Amino acid sequence: MHPASAIVELRGVAKNFGGGPPVLADISLTARRGEFTSFIGPSGCGKSTLLRLIAGLTDATAGEVRVDGRTPAQAAAELAFVFQEPTLLPWLNVAHNVEIPDKLRGIPAAARAAHRAAALALVGLAGRESAYPRQLSGGQKMRVSLARALTLAPKILLLDEPFGALDEMSRERLQEELLAIRAQQGWTAFFVTHSVAEAVFLSDRVFVISAQPGRLRAEIAVPLASPRTAETRLSRDYQDLVVEVTRRLRAVKTFAA
Amino acid sequence: MPRRYYNVLLPLLSGALAFAVWQVVCLLLDEDHRFLLPAPLAVLAALRDEWPVLSHAALNTAQGALLGFALAVVISFTLALALASARWVRASFYPYLMLLQMTPVILFVPMLVIWVGPGLPSVSLITFLICFFPLVVNTTQGLVSADRLLVELFRMYRATRWQEMWRLRVPAALPYFFTGLRIAATLAPIGAVVGDYSAGSSAGDGGGLGFRAVIYGSTAKYPALFATAAVTCALGFVLVAAVLALSQLTLGRWHDSYAQKDN
Ligand SMILES: Nc1ncnc2c1ncn2[C@@H]1O[C@H](COP(=O)(O)OP(=O)(O)OP(=O)(O)O)[C@@H](O)[C@H]1O
Ligand SMILES: [Mg+2]
Repeated sequence: MHPASAIVELRGVAKNFGGGPPVLADISLTARRGEFTSFIGPSGCGKSTLLRLIAGLTDATAGEVRVDGRTPAQAAAELAFVFQEPTLLPWLNVAHNVEIPDKLRGIPAAARAAHRAAALALVGLAGRESAYPRQLSGGQKMRVSLARALTLAPKILLLDEPFGALDEMSRERLQEELLAIRAQQGWTAFFVTHSVAEAVFLSDRVFVISAQPGRLRAEIAVPLASPRTAETRLSRDYQDLVVEVTRRLRAVKTFAA
Repeated sequence: MPRRYYNVLLPLLSGALAFAVWQVVCLLLDEDHRFLLPAPLAVLAALRDEWPVLSHAALNTAQGALLGFALAVVISFTLALALASARWVRASFYPYLMLLQMTPVILFVPMLVIWVGPGLPSVSLITFLICFFPLVVNTTQGLVSADRLLVELFRMYRATRWQEMWRLRVPAALPYFFTGLRIAATLAPIGAVVGDYSAGSSAGDGGGLGFRAVIYGSTAKYPALFATAAVTCALGFVLVAAVLALSQLTLGRWHDSYAQKDN
């Protein structure tokens, strides 16, 4: 790996809350510009905490997190976060929800509208600007949440089980859309999921995390060709990788028990 | 049966029935005790006869109620903003607000009258004190209980504290604020009448509904006393209806429990 292309680096990162037991221990990884990295592991192993460390929402107890050569706080403008829930502002319509990050940063109205239109087109929600969140389906809300993150043209996108609450069909469609958008925008992604299939389909690299404390137990490269489509899911290579990750994950779970 | 029959016809029916039973009970009382419980028809007659006096008194009371209510809204909102913006402010003062909420304001009326003078000033001050606590407690609760993930989102976007307050916490607190407002609207006319009852003044404008109640009570004009109570209820009803309409207007489009069904 060429060091110049590294965009996110974690070195010996550990985390505990207050005087509590270690939640994450000895996490070291480097992500290249444009790489798609997934984290998978048992519930409570610290996946969300790991994303929050990269986002600068919480600080590491030990070790170092570097984003684009700076601390996460300094690199805030390059980062966008998509939570498991859509976390939309229920009193704003779709257009205003998507514009909120720009608005908070004082970007002029014309530029805001342009960013919003582009982002909504990417997630396939052009025309729904005036709907309120309560009038949208779960999948549509998630799309709005994604569009909101994309308005900032982030260099790094952090996604914490964004499709976890959706049905299988919406989920697969959104996965394909996410990869299509990435092909256009080229951000670096960190993705947390409980679904092995989802991790394999989306990623260049999957990390399996063990619990108590969370450690990177396995790293599986996913050399599937792009663009990945519904066909990809039927391919032998894909299915072999799903089996491989499932095995590694099972090993971690037995290990924890 | 269509919904509107349920919501209009049934209350009308049950009301008419209660009215009739009450009237019959009064007719069954013997002559000597009849004055103890005024019959509904007698109350209606008193309402008609006393209307010139009562309507004037109602305007005075409404004035005190609205002034105290408005003052309570403005001051409680400002205080809630202060309480919500710093943990130490909240820790220092919130427990006392909860405690003060339990204070029977009526006990201090004689003193309040000396402080601000009888009539409108003390009536609105008492209304203010009664409306203030549910408003400040509810609004503060709303401001501090904004969704944690939304707060984090705003922090990630480097929102200023000002933006976090006005673009996130204040809108998120609106449903709580309106709950407080509805309670306060119910209490405002009661507060004004209670205040007027003990601190009203016939000097100048003839006092409010509380003052009328003192006169009717001491002269055993019980039908007029009931009519006074009915007028107070009507004031409360108008105020609560106004608050409900306002909350519907503000929250109707986005808040689930205020939104129209099927839209
Ligand atoms: N703010 C906090 N304070 C104290 N402990 C916390 C905090 N946040 C997380 N933890 C603890 O850290 C551990 C990891 O939590 P985290 O949310 O990162 O898990 P996760 O892997 O995302 O789980 P899930 O798959 O269920 O979302 C848990 O044991 C949790 O109790
Ligand atoms: Mg999690």
